[in-house]
Amino acid sequence: MTYIAKPKFHHPALPKNTLGYTHRDYEGKISTLCAGCGHDSITAAIIEACFELSIEPHRVAKISGIGCSSKTPDYFLGNSHGFNSVHGRMPSVLTGANLANRDLIYLGVSGDGDSASIGLGQFAHAMRRGVNMVYIVENNGVYGLTKGQFSATADRGSKSKRGIVNTDSSIDLVAMALQLGATFVARSFSGDKTQLVPLIEAAIEHKGAALIDVISPCVAFNNHAGSTKSFDYVREHNEAVNKLDVITGRAPITVNYAPGTVQVVEQHDGTKLVLRKLDADYDVHDRVAALNFLQRHAANGQVVTGLLYVDPDAEDLHAHLNTVARPLNALETKDLCPGSAALEKINAALR
Amino acid sequence: MPGKNAISSVNDFVVRFANVNGSGSASANELFGRAILRMGVPVSPRNIFPSNIQGLPTWYEVRVTEAGHLGARGGVDLMIAMNPQTFDKDVASIEPGGYLLYDSTKPLPVSKFRPDINVIGVPLTEICNKTYTDPRQRQLFKNIMYIGALSALLDMDVPAIEKLLGEQYKGKEKLLEPNVHALHLGRNWALANLQCPIGLRLKSADKVGDRIFIEGNAAAALGAVYGGATVCAWYPITPSSSLADAFTSYCKRLRHDPETKEAKYAIVQAEDELASIGMVIGAAWNGARAFTATSGPGISLMQEFIGLAYFAEIPAVIYDVQRAGPSTGMPTRTQQCDLVSAAYASHGDTKHVLLLPEDPAEAFEFGAQAFDLADRLQTPVFVMLDLDIGMNHRLCRPLAWDDSKVYDRGKVMTAAELEAGKEFGRYLDVDGDGIPYRTYPGTHPTKGSFFTRGTSRDRYARYTEEGPAYVDNMQRLLRKFETAKDLVPRPVQANAARPTKFGVIYFGSTSPAMDEAIGLLEADGQALDRMRIRAFPFHSSVTSFLADHDFVFIVEQNRDAQLRSLIVNECGVDPVRLIPVLHYDGTPITARFIAKAIRERLDALKLAPQKVVS
Repeated sequence: MTYIAKPKFHHPALPKNTLGYTHRDYEGKISTLCAGCGHDSITAAIIEACFELSIEPHRVAKISGIGCSSKTPDYFLGNSHGFNSVHGRMPSVLTGANLANRDLIYLGVSGDGDSASIGLGQFAHAMRRGVNMVYIVENNGVYGLTKGQFSATADRGSKSKRGIVNTDSSIDLVAMALQLGATFVARSFSGDKTQLVPLIEAAIEHKGAALIDVISPCVAFNNHAGSTKSFDYVREHNEAVNKLDVITGRAPITVNYAPGTVQVVEQHDGTKLVLRKLDADYDVHDRVAALNFLQRHAANGQVVTGLLYVDPDAEDLHAHLNTVARPLNALETKDLCPGSAALEKINAALR
Repeated sequence: MPGKNAISSVNDFVVRFANVNGSGSASANELFGRAILRMGVPVSPRNIFPSNIQGLPTWYEVRVTEAGHLGARGGVDLMIAMNPQTFDKDVASIEPGGYLLYDSTKPLPVSKFRPDINVIGVPLTEICNKTYTDPRQRQLFKNIMYIGALSALLDMDVPAIEKLLGEQYKGKEKLLEPNVHALHLGRNWALANLQCPIGLRLKSADKVGDRIFIEGNAAAALGAVYGGATVCAWYPITPSSSLADAFTSYCKRLRHDPETKEAKYAIVQAEDELASIGMVIGAAWNGARAFTATSGPGISLMQEFIGLAYFAEIPAVIYDVQRAGPSTGMPTRTQQCDLVSAAYASHGDTKHVLLLPEDPAEAFEFGAQAFDLADRLQTPVFVMLDLDIGMNHRLCRPLAWDDSKVYDRGKVMTAAELEAGKEFGRYLDVDGDGIPYRTYPGTHPTKGSFFTRGTSRDRYARYTEEGPAYVDNMQRLLRKFETAKDLVPRPVQANAARPTKFGVIYFGSTSPAMDEAIGLLEADGQALDRMRIRAFPFHSSVTSFLADHDFVFIVEQNRDAQLRSLIVNECGVDPVRLIPVLHYDGTPITARFIAKAIRERLDALKLAPQKVVS
């Protein structure tokens, strides 16, 4: 495999966002994943979300681990710095990067092997700490690059392409994130762009640890009958609890919704999340109920999607550490070095 | 008393306190050491402690040394035997003619003592029980009480001790008075009942000067503060935890915005060492100065990430406070055993920069310099301390800082340079020193972004598996390592008074014992030139030193002669000429050990000269 550049020309009438950028300005290199891979749909959704939010592409840092999903940051936001780090260790690299510069948007991209198998520990601790990030798991239940072994999110009883039945219980990263204190938790499906794009937008606007677990079928190794991560299975068992519209800025909500069917959540930055309820009883602010709902439906083989939990007043790791507003990486010698006079005092106290 | 063969010495002896871990003895023992320093007499104290919180034996040793020999000496002249569990072994370790101070509340059979030592009984428990009713007080004040007895037996400066107590309990005056009282209880009992002073005596001198008394871990942490570290990610492990603790407390004092009270640093106690090095690399990739503190097992866990930082060229500072390995080894004992695992950490072809401080003053200096080097070289830099330097108070020159110094952030291309059209290739060697330019994330809307990866790439950071592009990159990394040789601290060389064909190479905490050993060998008429190595990769003067001598002893504190291996590997010299002197039982190396080992080998060389193939 070699590096493939994408041609730069584009149609002159392509729509532009408020910064004057077109979709093309948010693209990256040509994907080297299999044709039809769910991950490429997620890449497209990320591009769409960043375009819609008029984010300056270079203000995003894309960080990933190792695997098919972790390759994708090369395929979007070509003007952003990206870091394809070590298998299962994206969360720690992202945490460090976030500590160094609180002003960028941190987009962590990982897979089910990367986050639920080798990287389960780092996944858990990043959620616990409330790192301000969008953590997207491109979840297909298998290891693609090594030819189709089960990952830890594969459901018990699901069948591999070679006919092997998985006997291990699966790890539900959404349930874990809820339990671990993530302040924005969602699940979506790579085949449902209308659901996924607003979820990514809302997660970007959220200040705190935001997880989106995206079921993203592997067309090469996990899209057959007997798999619970195939396009067909997810379409048939998708149980969406809400549909989301994201309204940025302080603009009033002008869209009309039928009364009683809508819940408006205003985040710290003024972004409004307009949730059209598909399940009348579902409350996105109730962590315990969310876990309960999730597990009850999982027991019936249903895949619950949508925005499952949000705490609009979340605090992030910087708030916990009381760090200065200026990014730490912008502090200079004069800001950081206490100087020789302070050292003399320290010396004097050590005699 | 003192007996016939009683050791008689002024300002030159070793006192050892045998205590039970968790009994509150540490602060009393430290008070003893500090009080002697206040008399102008250098001391070199060492904690000898188990991996335990409460109940196991622990020792505190104070070498009193007017001559300023700060290495461990070996042997004990005065034992304060407060732990019944180790009493027999403690008594056995006293030098003939030495002294034993024990709690004589309960009579002990003669068989518990030795005829060739001087036994001093003080009924500490009895006095304590008479004076105090609270059991905790009985324990704590017993410690201060034996310091009081020692002040009489060794003729110490009592006002100096009282002054130290005053400083210790500043703001807690309620505690001061009972401590001073306990001190005098012990002292007065000794003056009334014992012949004071004994053969070991203290006499005020003026040999401490302006030197300070500090633990290496605290000094290294202060180095990180002065070196501009803003992100610290760490995982608790003996003997490095106190480094992160010290960084935290120095930052609280020195790094808060005076107006907003906000922190100009971020410290995260990570879930493990993999996460701590991951955070360091993420922060450094994003332009902050970041470090972790760990020990050998942590270095083992960090291997994969260290390779990533080497290959993707990301700065990182790692303080490795070495302890005895392998595996869990002896977690509370000292060794210099991580040299090879740090120098070549991670799979594939890798080499890393190591700094090798000899004492807290250098731990501070190198601890700060490591950040400049890491930024300049865009690579991990290890500061190799060990338990002996890290967790013991050591007398050293005052810490110094040049206020005109500005941090060297290395080759970082700015938005203005990118805007002006300066060519940016992340792995392009524009200056011929092997060091490319980098950009921080978020620098420019359309220029200077790149994809960082652990996979092979070309000069413009584009993924490639082409052989020539891979080799080109690996060769540049070697060039960069060459550049490092002239940037790291140079070796320190001291030649013998007369020309000699013998040399000795050593590093780190071996330093004070080596200096003392040279004196012992010189007294025997042996002359050796010596070189203290302060960094890896080796400066060219190391190869010159090897060429200038027929035989070079390499003194180090590990089993496998790790420094010697690095020298053989990197300098391409005949290993026959490099004679290992190895000390690795977990105790600090001593001058006696070094001098004996070198003496024996020198004698062997004289009896049967080995042929050198040139």
